[in-house]
Amino acid sequence: MTGASGPARVSRVIRVVTLYDDVMNVYADRGNLIALRSRAAEHGVQAEVATVSLGDAMPSEADLLLIGGGQDREQRRIAGDLAARGPRLRAWADEGVAMLAVCGGFQLFGHFYRDATGAELAGAGVFDVTTVAPGAGWPRCIGDVVATSVVPGVGEVAGFENHGGRTYLGPSARPFAMVDYGFGNNGEDGTEGAVRGEAIGTYLHGSLLPKNPALLDHLIAAALRHREGAGSEPLPPIAAPYAERAHVAAVQVARRKSRHVARSA
Amino acid sequence: MNRRLSGACFVSGGRIAAGLDARTAEVRENQAVSTLTGRTAIVPAPPNPRERLALVLGRAAGNVVRRLWHSGGTALPGLVAGALAPSLVERLARQPGHGVVTVTGTNGKTTTTHLLAAILRHAGVEPLTNPSGSNLERGLVTAYTASVDGRGALPGAAQRAGLFEVDEAALARLMPRLRPRIAVFLNLFRDQLDRYGEVDSVAEGWARALDVVEPPAVLVLNADDPSIAQLAEHARGGRVVTFGVDDDAAALAHAEHASDARFCTCGSRFVYAAIYMGHVGRWRCPSCGRARPAPEVSARRVTLREDGSTVEVAIGGESFTVDLPLAGLYSVYNALAATAAAHALGVPAAKIAEALAQAGPAFGRQERFEIAGERVRLLLAKNPAGLNEVLRLLTVAAPPLTVLAMLNDGVQDGQDVSWIYDADVEMIAGTGATVVCSGDRADDLALRFALAGVAPISVIAQTERALDAALARTPPGGRLDVIATYTAMMDVRAALARRAGVGAYWEAKR
Repeated sequence: MTGASGPARVSRVIRVVTLYDDVMNVYADRGNLIALRSRAAEHGVQAEVATVSLGDAMPSEADLLLIGGGQDREQRRIAGDLAARGPRLRAWADEGVAMLAVCGGFQLFGHFYRDATGAELAGAGVFDVTTVAPGAGWPRCIGDVVATSVVPGVGEVAGFENHGGRTYLGPSARPFAMVDYGFGNNGEDGTEGAVRGEAIGTYLHGSLLPKNPALLDHLIAAALRHREGAGSEPLPPIAAPYAERAHVAAVQVARRKSRHVARSA
Repeated sequence: MNRRLSGACFVSGGRIAAGLDARTAEVRENQAVSTLTGRTAIVPAPPNPRERLALVLGRAAGNVVRRLWHSGGTALPGLVAGALAPSLVERLARQPGHGVVTVTGTNGKTTTTHLLAAILRHAGVEPLTNPSGSNLERGLVTAYTASVDGRGALPGAAQRAGLFEVDEAALARLMPRLRPRIAVFLNLFRDQLDRYGEVDSVAEGWARALDVVEPPAVLVLNADDPSIAQLAEHARGGRVVTFGVDDDAAALAHAEHASDARFCTCGSRFVYAAIYMGHVGRWRCPSCGRARPAPEVSARRVTLREDGSTVEVAIGGESFTVDLPLAGLYSVYNALAATAAAHALGVPAAKIAEALAQAGPAFGRQERFEIAGERVRLLLAKNPAGLNEVLRLLTVAAPPLTVLAMLNDGVQDGQDVSWIYDADVEMIAGTGATVVCSGDRADDLALRFALAGVAPISVIAQTERALDAALARTPPGGRLDVIATYTAMMDVRAALARRAGVGAYWEAKR
């Protein structure tokens, strides 16, 4: 699993947990793990990946956790199992474990997800957000997105959203980004995703990490800080030519196709 | 043999020369009696003035489009005519004496329809089909406006069958109006989720349509795809013909990521004796007892080659071996589906085998071109399952591989290009493939190939220039494989056809 350029000498390790990657895998969020392995190798970091699915025990420690999106069917399948892991996940978030929860995974990392039938799925409560699918007559939020992240060093992110649920931030939640083109959390308040410590929730597929190398490096660095402590060496800048080009292309597509969200300063 | 095959399908009413059971044997002046269902199909009365106007204007629109824009005009006539007189779909569907066959599913609709059309022609029945890829209502109405006489009657209707590939999301609405005699379901994979919403809603729509269509259609179902096989629960006493693969040698060593029916409707995880692609294989549920039915039409022995395959097909107690001129296991499934549908229509096995051996590729699906001495093969891939199968097909070829990969993000391609990460592009890492990436999202595709360890030698969005670059990299005597999403396929096919001196598709004989 090496990337486009040869891997540097591997001396650093991060422990990665993927949650339900055999269930919450409908919208190609696997690309996040593919990009993570490749980019980590370029940085001389070995990603040790543990897959955790329904009924599996959690490893005692993790530095980075990934969960992807699924349809309502898959969300119903995992919701109970995930909610039971809530206390562990919230504790991990508070001790600085890096996380990326995408779309359906993001929704279930909130307090609850009320689906189009009115049934409510309790979430893991990592983010102070709630999600409601407004149901028939309401269009899904579908399209290319460009947003500007409030997380330092991440900057502009590009991806694709496809969700029926509308997510609203609670009083203690911070958005992951502000939407420039697209819908974001709910199509109303301009927010996209949520952040708690080093945990990020977002609606963006694309896959997200392959074509947003700054975000990818941010997560790897956060995982290393969790693993190595305060003295963790920062990552040296390494070019990511294919990723940068794909990023620019995706931004151009969103500017051309998606609705512009004007922001007051 | 004929008696056994056809006797299984119908109470035989009569026969046309080719040996195909014909319910038209009992056609009286304007009435066809189905010996299968006992339903009486009334050939419609002449069109009402509104319908006649719709036909005239629809045809005129098609002529204008072809003359002015040099386009195929495969949708506009139907769009115009269908909008003016929505009843045209019913009028179309009631006329063919052999009834209507629908073909739907995520992958293989066009090729299966193409193969079944070849079988029917070989058996003496002229199918009325919709133009390639125009598989919404307007495409069906276009087929009708182009085929009927001025009074809206289909010439030779008694000896014809309607054979329509239908978009998987459009089928639920069209089925009660088409009232198909035979409904073929191929597979259900994630595809264009930006357009279809969720995979489940497609299958739910099919089930709801099957629950109300009168009379119940004969269901031709892929036994190996649990989402499809379970539609048998909606047969309502109608006949079910299943098809599948029974050859462990064709199985994958590992499950693929792009698997969309891992769980039974009862909630348990399926277990597999063999996985052939995605979630397609010999499956069973360990909890509720649902299991893959033993297929009535099965591929017993499959040998995949670079440019075709040899398949031993069993139909009940009979069997034949066919050299299929189409490569890849997915083509075997398409051939099985066409075989099962033809079998359900009463076509003898020998006729099926002869027709399959002679059938060429469908439009844009494994079509071959020769350009300045170079061989080019065009492969459509528009979702993870399809791309996996195309890449697997390439791994059968002897190196060196030269590939032009094209990704567009139009409505017909899927505007979300994320899906390329669900495909196992890693499959061709280590083959030394020379790859050129192209299309509207060439940069996204290039990144995907690079992450898979197959960094492209060039990335050129523009089709003609990308084709030049790829042809220049194709070794003498080698072959260029072009993999493209739908609209990219249309683009590059036009370029290939022009360079090879082949006509545009609407000029080609169907």
